[in-house]
Formats: sequence, structure tokens, C-alpha cells
Amino acid sequence: MEKKPVLEVNHLRTHFFTDDGEIPAVDDVSFYINEGEVLGVVGESGCGKSVTSLSIMGLVPNPPGKIVGGDILFRREEAGEEWNIAELPGKELRKIRGNQLSMIFQEPMTSLDPLYKIGFQISEGLRRHFKISKKEGRRKAVEMLELVGIPRPSEVVDEYPHQLSGGMRQRVMIAMAMASDPELLIADEPTTALDVTIQAQILELMKRLNKEKGTAIMMITHDLGVVAEMCDRVVVMYAGKVVEQGDVRTILKNPKHPYTQGLIRSLPKLTGRDERLYSIPGNVPKPGSIKRGCRFAARCPEVFDRCVKEDPELYSLEGEHACRCFLYDPQGGEDHDENRTTAPRHESEEILSD
Amino acid sequence: MGAYILRRLFMLIPVLIGMSLITFSIIHLIPGNPAQTILGEQATPQAIEQLEEQLGLNEPYLVQYGKYMAGLVQGDLGTSLRTNSPVTEEIWPFLAATIELTIFAMIFAIIVGVNAGIISAWKQNSIFDYSAMIIALIGVSMPIFWLGLMQQWIFAQELGWLPAFGRNNPRDPIETITHFYLLDTLLQGNMDQFWTALRHLILPGIALGTIPMAIIARMTRSSMLEVLRSDYIRTVEAKGIAQMSVVYRHGFKNAVIPVLTVVGLQTGTLLGGAILTETIFSWPGVGRYVFDAIGNRDYPVIQSGILVIAFMFVMINLIVDLLYSYVDPRIKY
Ligand SMILES: Nc1ncnc2c1ncn2[C@@H]1O[C@H](COP(=O)(O)OP(=O)(O)OP(=O)(O)O)[C@@H](O)[C@H]1O
Ligand code: SF4
Ligand SMILES: [Mg+2]
Repeated sequence: MEKKPVLEVNHLRTHFFTDDGEIPAVDDVSFYINEGEVLGVVGESGCGKSVTSLSIMGLVPNPPGKIVGGDILFRREEAGEEWNIAELPGKELRKIRGNQLSMIFQEPMTSLDPLYKIGFQISEGLRRHFKISKKEGRRKAVEMLELVGIPRPSEVVDEYPHQLSGGMRQRVMIAMAMASDPELLIADEPTTALDVTIQAQILELMKRLNKEKGTAIMMITHDLGVVAEMCDRVVVMYAGKVVEQGDVRTILKNPKHPYTQGLIRSLPKLTGRDERLYSIPGNVPKPGSIKRGCRFAARCPEVFDRCVKEDPELYSLEGEHACRCFLYDPQGGEDHDENRTTAPRHESEEILSD
Repeated sequence: MGAYILRRLFMLIPVLIGMSLITFSIIHLIPGNPAQTILGEQATPQAIEQLEEQLGLNEPYLVQYGKYMAGLVQGDLGTSLRTNSPVTEEIWPFLAATIELTIFAMIFAIIVGVNAGIISAWKQNSIFDYSAMIIALIGVSMPIFWLGLMQQWIFAQELGWLPAFGRNNPRDPIETITHFYLLDTLLQGNMDQFWTALRHLILPGIALGTIPMAIIARMTRSSMLEVLRSDYIRTVEAKGIAQMSVVYRHGFKNAVIPVLTVVGLQTGTLLGGAILTETIFSWPGVGRYVFDAIGNRDYPVIQSGILVIAFMFVMINLIVDLLYSYVDPRIKY
């Protein structure tokens, strides 16, 4: 079966213009998402995941942020429609946002308007996009609340956000985002703010919606466990750039980029051998602070002299697998890449449960 | 909500008692013999005695206060020393004039101030934003008597567009029912007089509304700026809601509480009687009524005037509090 992309991001650049200068928070990022697919976007805090997703929604706070280059092509194949969100005027953008394109935000506690009832907030977008009546909107809101597993939905529609817990609010956010039956749902760390049992329920719910409704999901997370659980393909970001991409098995079982390998090594193991938890030394550099060379060089265990002199490209490996590291430059670099590929294998096996 | 209002009204009782104690004491705080002071150096002992009798000053304090309170509860504010008529009757036309002017000035201040603040925040750092905020800055620091005089000079004297003095045309007196002229003329269906009364409100209303307008605009802007940056506004944007709805329905509603606070305070201040503005525009308001009473040492009028003004202040506070809980479901009754 041939899959068509609903979203194609090409050479996206989103910069922030601050008092400290221009910050390239998203720096030449390209990826795509197929119909009905779940794409994982992973990376440490500050690597540009949220800014990438806000760019796709056309919601980058401006000022100080602005999309300065690239395309964001959003398609509905069966309707023969295509939009370039990077260039779409606000009015047109408002027609697809909350309609074919939805987003769940990272902050469930503060993402609902405190002054309006849950039912109103869920149906507000529907009533605008589909011109349905108030009554119909309310009925739909109850239906969505039920779908996302909220107990006593017909009472909760008339409650205010402050009457609900964080997990419930995030379910409401999901209900709101799913209500319009979108083509693509962007979920920006939908579970990080929640406790573990709720996390599992929310992920289960999203997986179910993906299977039942065929909604494509862009799942942003820094939790590789979530990736293993949910995703078909993975994009790994570091300091505003894509450093590795590929299908989920390849990335988890056979990661090539030293950063991805580090991320996988730092996963807590379930087997309980008491080893100290590994973490990648150092911090994510501020975007734009590294002018030349590989962004990961300061933290990379494999760093060699070329790394600080030139910028690595995204080199293609087998299939869709690609990696931004000189170790995989077919034209050279160093020729000891064979023995790098296996390092974390025994550790990643455990999280791939299928 | 109904129970909450009742409870709030109940809680007003101690406040009102406190207020009455203060106004009651005013006359006793006069140094020396109050009756002597009121009547002046040349007063005869008989006159002083008679006044003491009239004011009940020779009775024990507690009895005096009891009588004063009994009167207040029945709506009796005492008798003016100068005119010998009941203050309750006498003060009302002045009060109505002040209330009418205040409402007009505040409507102007709110409509202009709120919208200027909203647009400034929405189009932050635009030409509109800069000019509106410069105007607002001038507005808060403008000496109002100067603004009033300039308005009179330009719009009344030079252009002859609007009347500069009083509440209506003195040669065409309005038959009063409530003493709110706009209401009275409407009730009588006299549109000519209605327009005349309205035209008389414009210059003093704008002069009086300028400072509140500027304060409201600044408060609205800063409150809106904070709200527009918040996560829930981003969520509303993500739903594809029209810009106007985002800014007004979600943005302004969330930003309104601090704005309500300043609206309440400013309304209270204007109701207290803007003596300067009332004087410049010959507006027969409560500020001037009390001011004249001070000149005449007409203590019952001074006492009542202060009491009535304080009472309105308290009521406005109550209304603002009720509005808070109406707007924000998180504010518990
Ligand atoms: N409003 C802003 N103003 C200036 N810079 C910003 C702004 N928002 C984001 N950035 C910059 O963009 C970078 C990427 O931020 P982003 O929120 O996308 O990170 P993230 O990958 O989502 O991290 P997290 O896992 O913490 O959510 C930040 O390091 C910051 O420098
Ligand atoms: S390019 Fe060099 S520094 Fe960068 S990840 Fe590869 S080996 Fe490490
Ligand atoms: Mg983020």
C-alpha cells in the first residue's frame, strides 16, 4: 500500500529575534508525515521541538519569532487540497487550524480558558468550522468527552477547567483537538506534565484514535519509551537540526548518531540490574551559539578534528535511515564506523517489546 | 449568587455604622463650642443656645448618636442650617446631577479607554500603540481645569458647537421627575430638551472622563498584553477562531478584572464630586453643594454630603466585587 504524506516540511527555518540577537531555534529542518502514521520527534529540552510544531500550526509568537525560510506543505489527498502553511495568510490559516490540523499542547494546566465551560471550549471550533448549532455543538462535546474516557461527560461539559485535574484537562485538550476529526494531530509532549498511570492512559487513548480514525500524529516527546510504544518513524532533533531519522526499529535497535545512542543509553532499564543511570554529559547548547562544526561536538564521545571545522550533512544510510554525523560520510571522515553501530544494541532491545 | 449578594449586603452593616460614627463625630471635632463656631464671634448667647437646642448638642453623646442613627435609618439626613429644609430633599438634585455626569463621563472613558487599550495590546509597538499610549500619558498628567477651560474656549466660545455652562438651557427649564435630565426629558417625550441636556453633558463629561479614560487605557493594555501571551489564548488560536473573538471574547474577558478595579475606583472618585470641573462648567453637583456648605459652616449638610459620598463609594465597591465573581468562576461566593 502506498502512503502519501499529509505533511511535508522542507528546509524550515524559524528564528527568534531577541535582544541577544537572532536565535535559529529551528535551523533547516526537513521531514514528512504519511497519512495515518505516527511520527515521533525526540530530543532534549530546548532542541526546537515545540517551535517546529508551532511553526506547522502557524502559531509562532511573533514578535519575537518568525518563519524565515522553507515550506510547510499540508495536503488532503482525497480533497485534492494543498497549502503551504509557511506562506499562508492568517485568514486562510484559521480555516484549517482546528479543522484539518489540530494540536495538543505541552501545558495541560494552563491551556484551557479559565472563564469558559468545557463544553463551550470543545464546541467553539466546531461551531465555527462546521456551522453547527449550539445544541449540536454541545451534543458533540459530550460525545467527545465520552470518547476520551471522561467520567460523567454530561456533567463535565458544564464545568470549568479549574474543577478538573491535570489528566482530565489533557483529555479535554485531546477531545478538543480530535473533535474536528483532523487529518493531522500534533501532540507536544502530551503526557510529560502528568503522572505515570495517567500517562499510559492518555497514550493508549491517542493510539486508539490513530487506529480508529486514521489520524496522523506528530508525537513530540523526549521519552523513548513513548516512541517505542507509539511511533512508526522517528526524527531525532538536536539544537534546532534533525540529526537522525528512520523507522522506529532502526532508530531504537540500530542508532547511528552518537547523540541518539546517548539518548538510548540514558533510558532507565526495566531489568533492575543496579547500574548507574547514564546521562549524556553537558547541556544542549543555546541555538546559534555554535557557529561552525557539529552542534554535538562538545558532548560527543566520538568527536574528531573534522567535527569542529565543518558542518556535517544528513547522510543517507539504508532505506530512509539518515544521520547527520561525519562518521557516516561516504566520502570519508574516519573509517571506523563499523564498530560504532552496535554499541547500545543490548540496551535498546528491552524497550522494543513487540 | 442571590445568597452571596445578601451576605455581602449584610457585611456592609458594620461599614455603614463606622461611616455614620465618623460623620457624626465631625460636628464634635469642632474646637470649642460648636454652636459658637458655627454662628461666629458676634452671636448672641440666646442664638447659641437656640442652635444647641436645634442640633441637640446639650444631650449626652449616646442619645445624640441614637437620634442621628434613627434619622439615618429612616432616610433623614437632618436639616440644613442655612435653608432650614431637609437635607435629604435638598441634596438629591445635586446628587442626580453628579451621578448623571459621572455615568456619562465613565461611559466615554470606558468605551474609548478599553478599546484603545485592547487595540494597543493587540497591535503592540504599532503606530497606534505608540500614539495611544502617548495620549494616555498626557491624559493622566493633564490638569483638568486647564483641559476644561481649553474645551470651553475652543468648542463653546470659538466654534460655538456646544454649551459650556450648566445642565440645560435656563430659559427652557426642564420639568423634573427624577432629576436625571436625560431620563426626565425622555419620560416626557421631550426630545428637544433631551438633546439640549445631552449637549450640556458633552464638554464636562469629556473633561471629567479624560483621566479615567487614560488610566483605563493603560490598565487594559498591560492586562491584555499579559493575557494575549498566555497558553489558553494560543489554544483558542489553534482552534482557528476568528481574530476578533480571540481578542475580545477570550482575551478581554480574561483581562477585565484589573480594569474593573480601576473603573470602580475612578467612578467612586468622580461621584465624590469633582469640585474643580463642576465649578468650571457651573455644574450643580454634589461636590459644589458640599463645598458651599463648608463655606457656610452648614454642618448637617457637610455631614450628610460626606456620608452620601462614602455610601456611594461603598456601593460601587460592592458592585465591582459582584462583577468579579460574575466574570470569573474561580472567585468563590
Ligand atoms: N518566545 C521565545 N523567544 C525566544 N527564544 C525562544 C522562544 N521560544 C523558544 N525559543 C528558543 O527556541 C529554542 C527551542 O525551544 P523549544 O520550546 O522548541 O524547545 P523544546 O524542544 O520544545 O523543549 P522542551 O522539551 O523543553 O519543550 C529554545 O532553546 C529557545 O532558545
Ligand atoms: S560529527 Fe563528530 S561530533 Fe558530531 S556527532 Fe558525529 S562524531 Fe560526534
Ligand atoms: Mg517543548
